Amino acid sequence: MTTAANRLPREFRSPQLRAAGVEFDVDKVRSDFPILRQRIRGRTLVYLDNAATSQKPQVVIDAVGRYYERDNANIHRGVHFLSEHATEEFEGARRKVQSFLNAADASEIIFVRGATEAINLVAQTYCRTNVHAGDEVLITAMEHHSNIVPWQILCEEKGARLRVAPISDSGELLLEDFDHLLGPRTKIVAVTHVSNALGTINPVERIIERAHQRNIAVLVDGAQAVPHLRVDVQALDCDFYVFSGHKVYGPTGIGVLYGKSALLDAMPPYQGGGDMISSVTFEQTIYNKLPYKFEAGTPHVAGAIGLGTGIEYVNGLGMDNIAVHEHELLAYATEIVSGIPGIRLIGTAKEKAGVLSFLLDSIHPHDIGTILDQEGIAIRTGHHCAQPVMQRFGIAATARASFALYNTREEVDILVKGIQKVREVFA
Amino acid sequence: MPDLRELYQEVILEHNKAPRNYRELATANHQAKGYNPLCGDHFTVYLDLEGDSIRDISFQGSGCAISKASASLMTQSLKGKTRAEAGKLFDQFHKLVTGRSPANGNKAELGKLAVFSGVSEFPVRVKCATLAWHTLHAALDGKRETVSTE
Repeated sequence: MTTAANRLPREFRSPQLRAAGVEFDVDKVRSDFPILRQRIRGRTLVYLDNAATSQKPQVVIDAVGRYYERDNANIHRGVHFLSEHATEEFEGARRKVQSFLNAADASEIIFVRGATEAINLVAQTYCRTNVHAGDEVLITAMEHHSNIVPWQILCEEKGARLRVAPISDSGELLLEDFDHLLGPRTKIVAVTHVSNALGTINPVERIIERAHQRNIAVLVDGAQAVPHLRVDVQALDCDFYVFSGHKVYGPTGIGVLYGKSALLDAMPPYQGGGDMISSVTFEQTIYNKLPYKFEAGTPHVAGAIGLGTGIEYVNGLGMDNIAVHEHELLAYATEIVSGIPGIRLIGTAKEKAGVLSFLLDSIHPHDIGTILDQEGIAIRTGHHCAQPVMQRFGIAATARASFALYNTREEVDILVKGIQKVREVFA
Repeated sequence: MPDLRELYQEVILEHNKAPRNYRELATANHQAKGYNPLCGDHFTVYLDLEGDSIRDISFQGSGCAISKASASLMTQSLKGKTRAEAGKLFDQFHKLVTGRSPANGNKAELGKLAVFSGVSEFPVRVKCATLAWHTLHAALDGKRETVSTE
């Protein structure tokens, strides 16, 4: 029988980390999240929709509030005290993100609205210059719509071709097929680090290595990875890495594009406006240096500060401790949920993070979601903005429980009881 | 707190399991597709209209228990009805599932459709209950286009 420990990805299996995992005090962690204290429909909230968005710890809520109470000012332009202070806080948040991703330089961290905007930015700048008629963009069959549609728009504009690497029945990328699709016309590979619908962890290091052998740039969509795994963009050697702040305990409306400075330098700007310029005349505009070239307009200062605080929060707990806790929880949930008669798991890759997608008999996931909601359990039901994944498995939708650092085994047990209730209603 | 049994009444569960008039209609002269992009539910409603009256009606597609049972019961309720009667019934049904029915109710006119009264306590499920009805509306309205495809 598979134990929780050996289901963990290789890097989490060291004895030291296992020991560290024991010290992870989930009750204490839960007390940091005020929203978890409330009752929903007369029951304690069991929040298992973390792949959609994570809840926020008090420190993040306070950081955003404090910014508006004490520090609010526009940045990068005022000579007054508050502007200077707000600028410091904002740039401090950038350095926190830099260190979180282990980027070589803070100027490689561009603040955007979220992973979606970051992908659109790369498609509309780097690729506007580098992709031409007849070229190819390679993605995988497990991408979120946000890592499909921007490339379709680009391909439509350029007369380029979108290629899709297939996945197996367990939801793993078929690497041989992927390698075969890397061709002389491939200009960029865009791949998710962790699948939002299936939970699959992609071997992005290997993907990047293969692509780089052919001088193809790689964008990694890390929206579902950064809350669960330690990410080192220099070790990965990815060209672009994107994520959303709200999935990693920060506010909504703030996200990050990491790009290698040589690439970012060569790219045309995304949006024109204030802050992204060095000087403007009606004859000529000189763009600002990195990262400001890509940050037109007043940014989401409070959001960036909140995200920086969210990153400090997970750093305080230890990314490795979080990964061990979550992987043990996922292994437990996988074992116990798959034991329920009539359950079919969608996404059974060997390496997974955070997500348990399932079907129950022929009961529609919407009905499962409504009944679980009555038990105070929040899950996502539907196609998870990954309709091609649903088509790959020949289904319309799944029910998805997704985990975060504050979830517990007791909550998994409540989920299981909830699923049994669904079976009773539809018996 | 809304009661699950009010939503998932026996009649609804039974129609979900064994939907009535669940087939393509060979004699259909009107049809339309309905789709809920939020959840992926999709149905096709087939109509055999003779003048102003619904001689036969059927549906096919996939969806949750509420949407499928609603489509099934709709087809049962509408067979033999006129356009105007169908419109009136939709109006009453819509009031029922959005909790805007008159105090004393119009359950007699709604007949079996009254089992959907529990939906009003679950606002996010109103779209499930009305998907087939909106599709019917499109089928009744889109006469020209539909005829050209047959």
